[in-house]
Amino acid sequence: MSARTLIDMPRRVRRGEAFEIRAMIGHPMETGYRRGADGDRLPRDILTEFGCVFDGEPVFSAKLYPAISANPFLSFSMTADRSGELVFRWRGDRGFSHTERVNLVVE
Amino acid sequence: MKEQSQQPGVSADSVSRRRLLGVTLGAVVPAGLMAGPAAATTVSASGAGDAAPSLDAAIRAFTGGAPVRAGKVRVAIAPLVDNGNTVPLSVSVDHPMRPDDHVTAIAVFSERNPQHEVASFGLGPRNPVAKVSTRIRLATSQKMVAVARLSDGTYWSGEIDVIVTLAACIED
Repeated sequence: MSARTLIDMPRRVRRGEAFEIRAMIGHPMETGYRRGADGDRLPRDILTEFGCVFDGEPVFSAKLYPAISANPFLSFSMTADRSGELVFRWRGDRGFSHTERVNLVVE
Repeated sequence: MKEQSQQPGVSADSVSRRRLLGVTLGAVVPAGLMAGPAAATTVSASGAGDAAPSLDAAIRAFTGGAPVRAGKVRVAIAPLVDNGNTVPLSVSVDHPMRPDDHVTAIAVFSERNPQHEVASFGLGPRNPVAKVSTRIRLATSQKMVAVARLSDGTYWSGEIDVIVTLAACIED
């Protein structure tokens, strides 16, 4: 399954420098509490998990519930002591899974 | 300190409001709803669909019943919200992020959304500061609570009151 994502972070940082990662993904986050025009309840369809891993090492993770707005946005901070690959993964209802990779260069 | 002294009154009041909300939901909503996928991930899924578990129960599910001290945790959200569908929220914990002493998790709870759990975050020494931001939905004016778990196993909390003029979730 594919989705539009936006990962806002520096691609090059100095060793040990603190930087912020802002990750957003296009998703309706249907709560399961709303009703459609026909009065029927719209079934829940949300993202439930997000994870950011740096060279196999967990950096940040999140469990999401229906209270998270559509197009979930998450921001957190990080430092790195070496160059490596960041893997961002979102999982959700109906087998949703989406992965993005960003190479981070540490100077 | 102010918040602490308010707490007993606020929570007693909110219990009755929650009950009211539970009763209203129970009446409006077909019985199958709470047993649907929404309830499957509720941490503290207590029984069937009648009464939603309390805010305290949701927090206990996160802490495993460990005592929670007020302090260290700051919840930042606009005090007056026009549109409850997308409300910027950030939580920061005033604690170092060293390998041997850091914040390991932060969970955010809402007092009066249909489900108390909003999000929970896993952190570690790779994060230079214990600060997380996201955007949330708010069903109505209410109290937001954030609880942080430290690597020494202690739990700390902070809370904030929000006024919402246009609600999310229940109506579309």
